Amino acid sequence: MATFHFDLVSPEKLAFAGQVDQVDIPGVAGDLGVMAGHAPLVAALRPGIMVVTAGGTQQKIIVLGGLAEVSDKGLTVLAEVATSIEELDREAFASQIAEMEEKLAEKEGSALDRAIERLDHFKVIQQHVTSTAMH
Amino acid sequence: MASLKDMRVRIASTKATQKITKAMQMVAASKLRRAQTAAEAARPYAEKMDAVIASIASATTPGTGPALLVGTGKDQVHLLLVCTGERGLSGAFNSSIVRLARERALALMNQGKEVKFFCVGRKGYEQLRRNFDKQIVGHIELRSVRQLGFVNADDIAKKVLALFNDGQFDVCTLFYSRFKSVISQVPTAQQIIPLEVAAPAANAGPTPTYEYEPAEDEILDGLLPRNLAVQIFRALLENNASFYGAQMSSMDNATRNAGDMIRKQTLIYNRTRQAMITKELIEIISGAEAI
Repeated sequence: MATFHFDLVSPEKLAFAGQVDQVDIPGVAGDLGVMAGHAPLVAALRPGIMVVTAGGTQQKIIVLGGLAEVSDKGLTVLAEVATSIEELDREAFASQIAEMEEKLAEKEGSALDRAIERLDHFKVIQQHVTSTAMH
Repeated sequence: MASLKDMRVRIASTKATQKITKAMQMVAASKLRRAQTAAEAARPYAEKMDAVIASIASATTPGTGPALLVGTGKDQVHLLLVCTGERGLSGAFNSSIVRLARERALALMNQGKEVKFFCVGRKGYEQLRRNFDKQIVGHIELRSVRQLGFVNADDIAKKVLALFNDGQFDVCTLFYSRFKSVISQVPTAQQIIPLEVAAPAANAGPTPTYEYEPAEDEILDGLLPRNLAVQIFRALLENNASFYGAQMSSMDNATRNAGDMIRKQTLIYNRTRQAMITKELIEIISGAEAI
């Protein structure tokens, strides 16, 4: 299978760089899978789980929003926060969700809608994380 | 003239000072290495961000777009975002940044513009407060921050954005010290609102036509505020590396000066001591001869 170059950068470090077969990205308008030879694309990301397939192994990385760029040089994901699913601090994540829920009460109008949407994305991630932990 | 005992005490105290400056130099050197790695690690993200924004901005029609990109159409009120260190003992590091900002501020005021300051770091705030106390709209201290994170930059960016959305200023310029090498840090001014987009290089070849998801302006809307935080984060990291570089070289100088001083004082001490011995010998001999 054809491979392509994939860079995952967060403001603090270069989190991943290498040749991969496929990357599934959580886009704002829906998930999308990128494989070698994808047309040039710029897509905004929602908080979600990114699946990187390289040489038959799958790696799951949690991104909390960001931007993906596909060009002929490969795929670059600019993520605000990127943590692999094993490294995630589950308690910290849960408390972050709790904090967001508390803050909902202060917001109104479109800010409230956005906050609810973001909270939903976070909850989906949490659900996924806890369900895989039980296996 | 000082007695021999006084001189011994002075030499001992200079030696103690030298030990302190030497230790500070070594601490700065190790922190510099960490700061440099952090600055380098942040580089790919900032560069990619620049590239993506430049390519989206060149695809949109000139003169239109969000205010962060094209400005408010005026340049009456300027906000100077001055990033300095939290501590001194680093040579001219803090004052050279402040001097650049002050010169810029005076030039702008001569042109009849209004100038406001936003200070990051205690040293810059203390120096600017002397001249421009009323014009400082906010200041943030990063004293308690052990490891600079993106969160810190994000906080600053949010405050600046709130001021901008409130119509408090039209143009924002960021002042920091770019890390060139251990002995050379360049105070730099960089305009961040409206964003200066680098013109695509003429020989770059045809730029690929991107698909956008969602639409370009929606991406741009989300991207520009984040870019602001990224630029500030980069400035903070560069500043941090510059600070330790400046501290290291100034502490190196101090150690060398202390060494020179110890040598000179020891020379005078020995000379005085020998003169005294000679004097005592003469007294003994002439006493013996007199008998």
